Amino acid sequence: MEIKQTALAGTLESSDIQVTISQGNHGIEIDLDSSVEKLYGKQIRKVIIETIQAYGIENAKVKAVDKGALDCVIKARVMTAVQRALGTSDEPNWEVL
Amino acid sequence: MKNSIGRELSDDLMRNYQPFKSTKIGNPIVQRVAPKVRVSTGDNKVTDSLADVVRKTVKDGMTISFHHHLREGDFIFNLVMDEIIKQGIQDLTLAPSSLTNVMNDKVIEAIKAGTITHIESSGMRGTLGEAVSHGILKDPVILRSHGSRARAIENGETKIDVAFLGVPNADRCGNANGMTGDAAFGSLGYALIDAQYADQVVLLTDNIVDYPNTPASIKQTQVDYVVKVDQVGDPDRIGSGATRFTKNPKDLKIAKMVNNVIVHSPYFKQGFSFQTGSGGAALAVARFLKQSMLDKQITASFALGGITTPIVDLMNDGLVQKVMDVQDFDKGAADSMKNNQNQQEIDASWYADADNKGAMVDQLDVCILSALEIDTDFNVNVMTGSNGVLRGAIGGHQDAATAKMTIISAPLTRGRIATVVPKVGTVVTPGESIDVLVTEAGVAVNPARQDLIAAFKKVPSIPLVTIEELQQKAEAIVGKPEPLQHTNKTVAMIEYRDGTIIDEVKEIKD
Amino acid sequence: MEERLRRTMMFVPGNNAGMVRDAGIYGADSIMFDLEDAVSLAEKDAARILVYQALQTQDYGDSELVVRVNDIDSKYFKPDVFAMVKAGVDVIRLPKTESAAMIHQLVQVIEEAEKKFNRQPGSTHVMAAIESAKGVMNVLEIAQASDRMIGLALSAEDYTTDLKTHRYPDGAELEFARNMILNAARTAGIAAFDTVFTNMNDEEGFKREVEHIHELGFDGKSLINPRQIDMVNQIYQPSQVEIEDALDVQAAIEEAHRQGSGVISMNGQMVDRPVVLRAQRVIRLAQASGLLNEEGEFIEE
Repeated sequence: MEIKQTALAGTLESSDIQVTISQGNHGIEIDLDSSVEKLYGKQIRKVIIETIQAYGIENAKVKAVDKGALDCVIKARVMTAVQRALGTSDEPNWEVL
Repeated sequence: MKNSIGRELSDDLMRNYQPFKSTKIGNPIVQRVAPKVRVSTGDNKVTDSLADVVRKTVKDGMTISFHHHLREGDFIFNLVMDEIIKQGIQDLTLAPSSLTNVMNDKVIEAIKAGTITHIESSGMRGTLGEAVSHGILKDPVILRSHGSRARAIENGETKIDVAFLGVPNADRCGNANGMTGDAAFGSLGYALIDAQYADQVVLLTDNIVDYPNTPASIKQTQVDYVVKVDQVGDPDRIGSGATRFTKNPKDLKIAKMVNNVIVHSPYFKQGFSFQTGSGGAALAVARFLKQSMLDKQITASFALGGITTPIVDLMNDGLVQKVMDVQDFDKGAADSMKNNQNQQEIDASWYADADNKGAMVDQLDVCILSALEIDTDFNVNVMTGSNGVLRGAIGGHQDAATAKMTIISAPLTRGRIATVVPKVGTVVTPGESIDVLVTEAGVAVNPARQDLIAAFKKVPSIPLVTIEELQQKAEAIVGKPEPLQHTNKTVAMIEYRDGTIIDEVKEIKD
Repeated sequence: MEERLRRTMMFVPGNNAGMVRDAGIYGADSIMFDLEDAVSLAEKDAARILVYQALQTQDYGDSELVVRVNDIDSKYFKPDVFAMVKAGVDVIRLPKTESAAMIHQLVQVIEEAEKKFNRQPGSTHVMAAIESAKGVMNVLEIAQASDRMIGLALSAEDYTTDLKTHRYPDGAELEFARNMILNAARTAGIAAFDTVFTNMNDEEGFKREVEHIHELGFDGKSLINPRQIDMVNQIYQPSQVEIEDALDVQAAIEEAHRQGSGVISMNGQMVDRPVVLRAQRVIRLAQASGLLNEEGEFIEE
């Protein structure tokens, strides 16, 4: 599966993360801005990559601005961004969800 | 070497210090020092020229001090430091009562100019905290509580050569108080020690009043110069304005539980005493406490520490007999000090010095304190953030924690940062002096206090849990963080209130 | 139906990460995640996924978990229901319910979802929000529309608009609807929830309204702010006399059990079923209010 269209999900409020996903050619490239980068940077990247790969997407650029989001919120926002990019928001991929 | 709570301390730095052993002070005999006095009749103290005064008083290698009663509205610190930097003075030790954000950039400038090479403080934050945490100074910063600073000044560990003290009023001979004038801030509690023990005392004021100025907190017998300046501070930033009662439901839930803990403790009886902090949650506790005191018809003998309007209101309602102010956090508390005889200005030594013939904290029943982190041994960190950077102050934390019941009030997590952790990044206050932790997820009592556990067990509104359970719960929410990376360089040494070393802060590795 | 306390149903905006995360810490009897009015059209998909993930991973303690899905005619309705059934939510709340047919339609989608996601058939409960005159007039058929029904809720904003009136402090405009809903709920043996009170600065008005619906017999109230939870619980808290009476009844029941007798008697008089039921409810409320200790004895705080 390919990301063709850029999409954004999430907010910059505390406990949230804003995720922008766009077309990429070199695997999943993540640009992460997080106040807890030192403590949870690896974990945040791992959640982002696994969530995207579950949709069968190999290449994408991800910009993530994290405000202390928990893993479940990160996962939710990445999924929302991917579904918006794929145009499947109203008919979600139930296997991935 | 390791101290008694297992914190690793650098052998080379410990040559001049003792490691922390216990919170018990005992009955040692201590020797206090006295300042030099340059004799005068008291005339000719007033000058417009700060430059002249700096030239006459400050020499390379000296220790200079300031107070932080003007908080974020302080104009004095930057004014004086600018002049000192301009005169090219080198190698000073900066020993203020604390450092506020408004001072940060000037301190960094002075460090880069070689003007300041050593710092002793209650704490630091912001850009200065970042710079020090990344090793801008060669030698470690010494961090002390307010009580411990008084102790160190009294016994000569910290010898202040020149104290620059901003005051909202003074007469031509140097009689001054903190209560009137545009920059009024109430109690001068921390500055009184500097005025008493510094070899040279320079007052800076924008308000010279008729002689003799009363009530005099700082006395003409202590003052060398009175420098007239345009403005001491920005009144809007000196204290918080109207102190607002928090509407945050989590803070309110915690505050209510803190109140339940107080009310069901053996200390809640006629004539009890207490200290609260200044945050929104602490103010909420004051409001719940007021209702409980009315319901049970109990009044307190005194409230202590940094004072806020809600505490003054309790006094005006007849629920607190005396308010003992070492500082005043807002305008209401500061204003009330000049009008109310039951509100007493106290200096930092009287307030909290361990090496004393009794300090007020020794008489304190209940104390509510905050924490950035608390670990399963109840050790508390109020100094370094989750990223290891200096971003706080000891304040009176270690001192007030000697209360008969010390309650830490804190949310279980803040954003993705756990408050209850297996091991705190920096120990400021040892678990030995912490009795109860209140979070929104339950109340944990130090196992050393079986009496409190027995008292609270019967109370359904106090959900008792172990601190290990709270730690696990926090970790289940936020996950397990990666360990921080440090170098071997020590950037700060944390003194306990008796002058022993309780912990070190290491340089951050990026 | 499982007997549980439903004094407080706290609304949580479904797309607010911080509030979704913290919803469990306030001790609400029920938490209602809102995918409908609290979420803008552009964020319907985001809220659905956020609530889904939160339900999968967060610990909400003993609270009953409810989700208010979007309008039955909207394109969001079916994906909302599917996602929430897959997440294993306790109750789906249908907004703007006007007929038993609408509940049947909801139940059909739930059945489809339970099958698709291998969930226990019948495990997803439903409740109806009554928001119009038509809904009020059909409330009994709605209450009895399905075994999955656990409750009815009044939603006063839309209802008063439909009636061509608005909210008044004395609540006279809601009296008929409240009584209809309450009596329909009791007829069907399900719970009745009162509408939200939105002015957080009018604490007295809120207390008056809660006292009123408590007197009427409502199980509880929908809440927009966690700060309202304690106030409701306080009003629902039984008095010392009520608790002691209930404990006496409970002792009599235990005594009857011990003697293997089907007849419960107290002070030489037979205790009938309504008294037993009321005593059981008082004891549940007393426990929830922290007025009974581990041994089940009354505690005076």
